Amino acid sequence: MGEIGEFSLVTRTFLRAYRWRRIDPVPWAPLGKPLSDCRLALVSSAGFVTPDQSAFDGSARGGDPSFRSIPSDFPVADLIDTHRSDSFDHEGMARDPNLAFPIDRVRELVASGRIQSVGEQHISFMGSITAPGRLVRDTAPEIARSLLEQQVDVALLVPV
Amino acid sequence: MCNQAVSLVAAELERQGIATVAIQLLRDVAERVRPPRALFVPFRHGYPLDVPSQPARQHAVIEAALRLLEILERKPPVLVDLELPSR
Repeated sequence: MGEIGEFSLVTRTFLRAYRWRRIDPVPWAPLGKPLSDCRLALVSSAGFVTPDQSAFDGSARGGDPSFRSIPSDFPVADLIDTHRSDSFDHEGMARDPNLAFPIDRVRELVASGRIQSVGEQHISFMGSITAPGRLVRDTAPEIARSLLEQQVDVALLVPV
Repeated sequence: MCNQAVSLVAAELERQGIATVAIQLLRDVAERVRPPRALFVPFRHGYPLDVPSQPARQHAVIEAALRLLEILERKPPVLVDLELPSR
């Protein structure tokens, strides 16, 4: 069960005092066509990179707001976990990165016809962002631009 | 923090016309941050799609998330609890 009690005392104390951002108003993009006609992209905050990409920066104050584009045909077993948080168990996604970045699963959804296609690239970033100003102002619009250029209709977002 | 981060990205994607669904591991954080469409899953951090190397279990979570994209007549935010089959 995902709950704050999973975390260390220091982390729990921080989380209880933390002022969460509130999305207001809540935007809503209705799905204009059947999923079987849609192109999907994944957005994972599990901090995965490919071997030729730089790792996420665990020392960045307030969190590293950068993102990496991961080719959607990249072999999932070759992804590298660079998420620097020790607040969760990394073992499951080390065994199978699909657990937090389900590249193989969405490829299977294309094969079964549940969705039409996946974008050329999925999006990876590292979610330990306590000061999300740059994430909201810069990174999220850049991710949106990238997905729109790839004619992506829907996104599945996976935290870790 | 991951829950909030993906929710904030989801909101921007929705503003730009991309329909989103965000998995969420902390229900109270999802209620406060309010991603447009969210599937709360009762799994621990690090395990958002339930179990490693078990495609059927991972697909069950993904399918529940995709069904939220097909909701047409709801007022956002939509927050739905994953219903697990008995195991």
